[in-house]
Amino acid sequence: MTSTTTIASLEDVGLHIGNTVILREAKLTLEPGEKVGLLGPNGSGKTTLLRMLATLLAPTSGSGMVLGAELGTPEVYEIRNQIVMVGHLPGLYPELTLGENTELVARLSGHPPEIAAGALAQVGLGRASERRADQSSKGMLRRAELARALILEPTLLLLDEAHAGLDAEAIGLVDALADRVVTAGGSVVLVSHEPGRLTVDRSVQIVDGTVERVS
Amino acid sequence: MSFWRQVFEIARKDLLVESRTAEVALMTAPFGAAALILIPLAIGTDAPLLSQLGPGLYWVVVLLFGMLVILRKSAVDGQPQRDLVRLLGIDPAATFAGATIATSLLVLFFEIALGPVLIALYNPELGSWPWLFVILPLVAAGMGMLGTIASGVTTSIGTRTSLTPLLIVPLSLPLLLGATQALEGLRLGRSIVPWLILLVSVDLALAVSGVLAARPLEEAVT
Repeated sequence: MTSTTTIASLEDVGLHIGNTVILREAKLTLEPGEKVGLLGPNGSGKTTLLRMLATLLAPTSGSGMVLGAELGTPEVYEIRNQIVMVGHLPGLYPELTLGENTELVARLSGHPPEIAAGALAQVGLGRASERRADQSSKGMLRRAELARALILEPTLLLLDEAHAGLDAEAIGLVDALADRVVTAGGSVVLVSHEPGRLTVDRSVQIVDGTVERVS
Repeated sequence: MSFWRQVFEIARKDLLVESRTAEVALMTAPFGAAALILIPLAIGTDAPLLSQLGPGLYWVVVLLFGMLVILRKSAVDGQPQRDLVRLLGIDPAATFAGATIATSLLVLFFEIALGPVLIALYNPELGSWPWLFVILPLVAAGMGMLGTIASGVTTSIGTRTSLTPLLIVPLSLPLLLGATQALEGLRLGRSIVPWLILLVSVDLALAVSGVLAARPLEEAVT
């Protein structure tokens, strides 16, 4: 039984795609103000679990609640705009500039497009807003994604390979953003296969499709 | 954010992407024009025959080469972009409508771009040519919707986009039939109302199907 304020709760969740079992009897709870590290080797199902927490995948067995919405039901449509997921592939349109991509997010989320410039400046891309996404470095793309999170102010922030390919300043930005979300009462999940780089409240690891607490 | 605002923003984004790549203007339209130019070389310079066949050949070229216009939608939106739109809480019906409007406008541009080639080489007899302002958008809208639905289907079942033409071509036959017969009607001075009704009916059926299927197709993606 979870409290009403629990950000996310997965109960014996399983997921198979075709004949491939990706998750089995996975349990995970995210409380407000909590920063959780999600560890595991490549192909262990970290990204899949993250997408499930983002409500983009429904479990094939078990049950889960995210922000009060039951996974696999239409309830999730109402809470998705409280979730930001920064995947290992950028959610940007390559042909658009970083500024246009960020403005698009602002517009589609009902914010004035002018706030995009401020968000980009906060992540150090103030002078790169005219650069096309497909001509930007991986670090710049990741920063642009962080700008998206700044605009959307999510309750649940999901960061896949949060620090991969980032310089020290950008890693500081990721951590500052995560702190901002938990301070506001939200939760953050940071995926990594390098546990030493995560500053989190606790870490869990995916082993054979199940979630195990490691610290 | 209102539904129609979402539609506008999705369409605007797709057209902005297209303006950067200019695939339709620089690649598809010239290829389509080349096809129309090659056909007279193959069948000879029999002017009455070309005039008679021209409109039909035009629609075949629009259908086949328009596939390239339609397929660009699948290329624009990968999984990260689709996830982004879903997490922003955009109504899938708005995504469908926005993508359809953008694709339809591009198909319409393609149709218009081929027009001068058709007139110059085939000299079709189109007595009531103002009807083209109705026929061309109806066909473009139908192809746009068909392409958006087919892209959604191929994405949701995780197949390659090469399957998309196999879905589109058979389903677009009513559009091809309506368009060719409407132009034939214009040439012969017959009523084209039945064919316009066919085109409108197909478009309405596709619009309803697209809106109803938008959410299931979006959620079926793994």
